[in-house]
Amino acid sequence: MPGLATQVERYSVVIAIGGVPVRVNTTDSDFLEILQNRYAGFVSDEGRAEYDFDVELTVPPFCDPDADLSVTYRSGRWLLQRGDFHAEWEPVTRRGSIHQTANPYSIDAVLRIVHTLVLARQGGFLLHSASAIRNGKAFLFAGVSGAGKTTISRLAPADATLLTDEISYVRKQPEQDAGYIAYGTPFTGELAKLGENASAPVAALYLLAQGPENRIEPVAAADAGRELLANMLFFAEDQEMVHCAFQAACDFVHRVPVHRLTFVPDARVWELIG
Amino acid sequence: MKLYVARSPRIAARMLGEEMLVMSGQGSTLFTLNPTATILWKAADGTTPLAEIVERRICSEFEVKSEEAQRDAESLAQDLAKHGILLISEQPISEQPIAKTGAPVQEQQQP
Repeated sequence: MPGLATQVERYSVVIAIGGVPVRVNTTDSDFLEILQNRYAGFVSDEGRAEYDFDVELTVPPFCDPDADLSVTYRSGRWLLQRGDFHAEWEPVTRRGSIHQTANPYSIDAVLRIVHTLVLARQGGFLLHSASAIRNGKAFLFAGVSGAGKTTISRLAPADATLLTDEISYVRKQPEQDAGYIAYGTPFTGELAKLGENASAPVAALYLLAQGPENRIEPVAAADAGRELLANMLFFAEDQEMVHCAFQAACDFVHRVPVHRLTFVPDARVWELIG
Repeated sequence: MKLYVARSPRIAARMLGEEMLVMSGQGSTLFTLNPTATILWKAADGTTPLAEIVERRICSEFEVKSEEAQRDAESLAQDLAKHGILLISEQPISEQPIAKTGAPVQEQQQP
């Protein structure tokens, strides 16, 4: 008598970004390989995960990454939707599901969104900024596209550890007045080079501008807050989470020195850092 | 007719340096309040009449005639209300809790 059920092989990979391990489950070994390659350096050997996502692969034409993104909270779960994916995530059970085609870009977007939601409640955030560790301290370099994130990353001296040239991961330490930690991310910009999976206390945030000379200037707190908010990644259409992100930005500029860094594309700019 | 003003519970606000930043939960819109709006925002407890706020906080801070200050403050309050920053009512406004994540967001009713 033939079996009534077919056993389906299940593969898992734990992707730990910012010290937050997320297990991704799939039944497709090729997709597993895509993930292992995409997140090389951020794949955790430990079985432990804080969040679990099941990926159900669909076939094209479910693929329009340019469609509008929607992140809403309804009936105890987050709904994340874009043209190329549909995902749900339940914070209470810490489980979620993702429907997408076999590509690394859709899940990349889902992971960024989930991390912003997790971080917002803890006073942290993802920031459009390059970041690097030097002498045990992390420095963030924020700016819009073209401001110089990739350039400052390329100019980093050999003793600097590049955390990212595009999206920085900032966590608030749970202890009172203990500051912030920047983590490396696999989210890349023009440099197309994954950041190092390393972390260090944040020493300063530099707002980038390119100019005729290397110069560092102080930034007023309100200006720093406005620019930080303008560069934060935040997707949720949710009042409480928006307030969390706002308070996170205000707390950060209250605690961390923020400077404007005008620079010429020359390695000497790093003599001013630190 | 007395007017009362209250801070909207949908708004997050922080003083950074000399400036008051406020952010609306809807649409993630960031506003920077000018000094007069900041005074109004801080004093908008829902129970103190707008006229009293103007008399005690604004006329004493700026060299401005009471009548003119009242007119400007009312216009400013209406403007802030239009952006969802303040609530305005002809009666005292009781405190309204902010909606928790996931709870259906109700339209703010003017009492």
